[in-house]
Amino acid sequence: MTSLYLRNVPRILSQASAKQYQCLYAAQGARNFHSTASNNNTTGAIERPDTRTKCTLIPGDGVGPELLNSVIEVFRAASVPVDFETYFFSEVNPTLSAPLNDVVASISRNRVCLKGILASPDASYSGELQTLNMKLRTSLDLYANVVHVKSLPGVKTRHENIDCVIIREQTEGEYSALEHESVTGVVECLKIVTAKKSERIAKFAFDYATKNNRKKVTAVHKANIMKLGDGLFLRSCEEIAKLYPKIEFEKMIVDNCTMQMVSKPQQFDVMVMPNLYGNIVDNIGSGLVGGAGVVSGASYSADTVVFEPGARHTFSEAVGKNVANPTAMLLCSAKLLNHINLGAYGSMIRNSVDQVLKDAKVRTKDIGGQASTQEFTRAIIANLKPIN
Amino acid sequence: MAAKLIKILSNLKQSICKISKTSTKVNNVAQGNCQRSPSTGSRFYSSQVRKCTMIPGDGIGPEISQAVQKIFATAKVPIEWETVDVTPVRGPDGKFGIPQAAIDSVNRNKIGLKGPLMTPVGKGHRSLNLALRKEFNLYANVRPCRSLEGYKTLYDNVDVVTIRENTEGEYSGIEHEIVDGVVQSIKLITEEASMRVAEFAFEYTRENKRKKVTAVHKANIMRMSDGLFLRCCRDVAAKFPDIKFEEKYLDTVCLNMVQDPSQYDVLVMPNLYGDIMSDMCAGLVGGLGLTPSGNIGINGALFESVHGTAPDIAGQDKANPTALLLSAVMMLKHMGLVEQARIIETACYETIKEAKYLTGDLGGKAKCSEFTNEICAKISAH
Repeated sequence: MTSLYLRNVPRILSQASAKQYQCLYAAQGARNFHSTASNNNTTGAIERPDTRTKCTLIPGDGVGPELLNSVIEVFRAASVPVDFETYFFSEVNPTLSAPLNDVVASISRNRVCLKGILASPDASYSGELQTLNMKLRTSLDLYANVVHVKSLPGVKTRHENIDCVIIREQTEGEYSALEHESVTGVVECLKIVTAKKSERIAKFAFDYATKNNRKKVTAVHKANIMKLGDGLFLRSCEEIAKLYPKIEFEKMIVDNCTMQMVSKPQQFDVMVMPNLYGNIVDNIGSGLVGGAGVVSGASYSADTVVFEPGARHTFSEAVGKNVANPTAMLLCSAKLLNHINLGAYGSMIRNSVDQVLKDAKVRTKDIGGQASTQEFTRAIIANLKPIN
Repeated sequence: MAAKLIKILSNLKQSICKISKTSTKVNNVAQGNCQRSPSTGSRFYSSQVRKCTMIPGDGIGPEISQAVQKIFATAKVPIEWETVDVTPVRGPDGKFGIPQAAIDSVNRNKIGLKGPLMTPVGKGHRSLNLALRKEFNLYANVRPCRSLEGYKTLYDNVDVVTIRENTEGEYSGIEHEIVDGVVQSIKLITEEASMRVAEFAFEYTRENKRKKVTAVHKANIMRMSDGLFLRCCRDVAAKFPDIKFEEKYLDTVCLNMVQDPSQYDVLVMPNLYGDIMSDMCAGLVGGLGLTPSGNIGINGALFESVHGTAPDIAGQDKANPTALLLSAVMMLKHMGLVEQARIIETACYETIKEAKYLTGDLGGKAKCSEFTNEICAKISAH
């Protein structure tokens, strides 16, 4: 509700009476919609809206709760005007898990969510084929997963200057959970590809590229073998590509793509692909820039966004050891703040993370340091600098 | 009338094939897993001259095949090459396919070496690679990837073998469009094929004195199909207590492989994952020009280089024969000619390490023939 309100501020203002306008104006501390006024305002470095935004929080399994704890501490230290609605949601611990409907209702209401990783066991307790993750994504129709793989300052990896965006369709394909055993020892698993969803994700990718000033979109496929399924996906991408003449379009077979990723990842810009290939390429990309602990991601539906780390690993062997790297989660939270129009707070956290990584004094084990999760979090808090 | 006769004949042939297939399988089972592996090493007496089918291939294929033949002659490998041509011919059914002579040759020799083949796009005949795979029931694809000293890549500690199920899975080829704009592709996993490839993986691991087999799967998402594959791997693992077995999710392997490849040894996986992982691992060590590949089948084994035909440098004595040579080395190991395999392999690695005669793709200026001669010189000096 609040975010809706914020987004419509200009329209509301124009309708509002003069008195109301003044109230809001004062309260917003000279937001940027009246440039003349905000120029005069130099006292508060960060605007302090009196409205607070609600956001659903799913700690997830494994080290998720520790990482989100770190985010909560940083938010508190930066006085970020966001309130969390926390739901414990888990497939491996079904007795404690909140019901799917409640979680979905909360996310649809708040329209933003920060989420840890949910573990998907090999067999569910109820014998279902669909994982809880799939259920959440299909219920909310979170069709596009965006992972921005970018080399981080100060994190030493084999490859340098990587900057690519991996866009993955995540409501159909191999993750359809349609399987059956025709006779004993013979299992069929269906991969579903539809023109509608393929076009939707292709359009999303091109829109993303346009909005973010990107030059090229690469469609990753295996249409030489799966002529109908991946063929349909590829055709849909080709069709949409025609509508965006300013953006270069390129096709690449998935096995070649993975080979190129590990040898020359700098050649990629925006990539769009079906579900399973996305899972593979996301993880390769994350590995290239420093691992699962440093890459953030987001899943979009038409009206909601769920921010979660880009490579989905619960890191359950590190639970309670205070060694997990909260970078990915902090970057997710920064993106979340940008999304709900609290960009100043977002940049503040983002800059602090960059600074701490660049200083290379405090870093967690996965990127070659000795610091604990808590020490890293404290370093982030110490480096929070207001944006002028 | 004639057509009918041919049809009957081909049916007959198919059923005979089926019978022989089942009997080989029975044999395999009867021999038992523990019995089979030690015998492989001494399966053939090394003094005996064995015939091998050679399919030179297209583009740079003939040059690199010649290089391999030359090196083999220098090393006095007891192999007689039987070169066959696989240019598609029109069969009795009007479709283009592999010539019968080539099929007979591989069936007779049970072993072959193949250069790169070009699949003309849109000419109405299917991929020859696929046809060969079908014809000889090549169920497992083995791709060892090893960092080469002398050719620097970003990764210098890679030594993994990917073993890929090659007959079913995502590449079953069963697809249909249910209604307009909705396509269903079927991934087929059977117990038979999964057991077969798992058994092969463990035997390979034992024969090659490796330590660990990792089953790569996605059973948390595809719970029944990958679940079945994983169960088969577990069952086979129980029969090989001397080999370490672990299960990893595909995404975890991808993530770890690009960060620290040394933690993996032998990987066994279904078709699509194997396709992707094997190319990715090749990328880690410098591309397809350096990685050998072997296809193990019921009716024989076919070793090949998996790179392209490179028509732009064909006939110019510029191609790098390493992939095909290492494939041939794999072939020797498979035949039990371990000593010769070792000599040739060492000579090849040494030549690359010294970096005096490197071909263009490795950043050198040497010709294919110079590279080959250097290897030959090393073998003679041995």
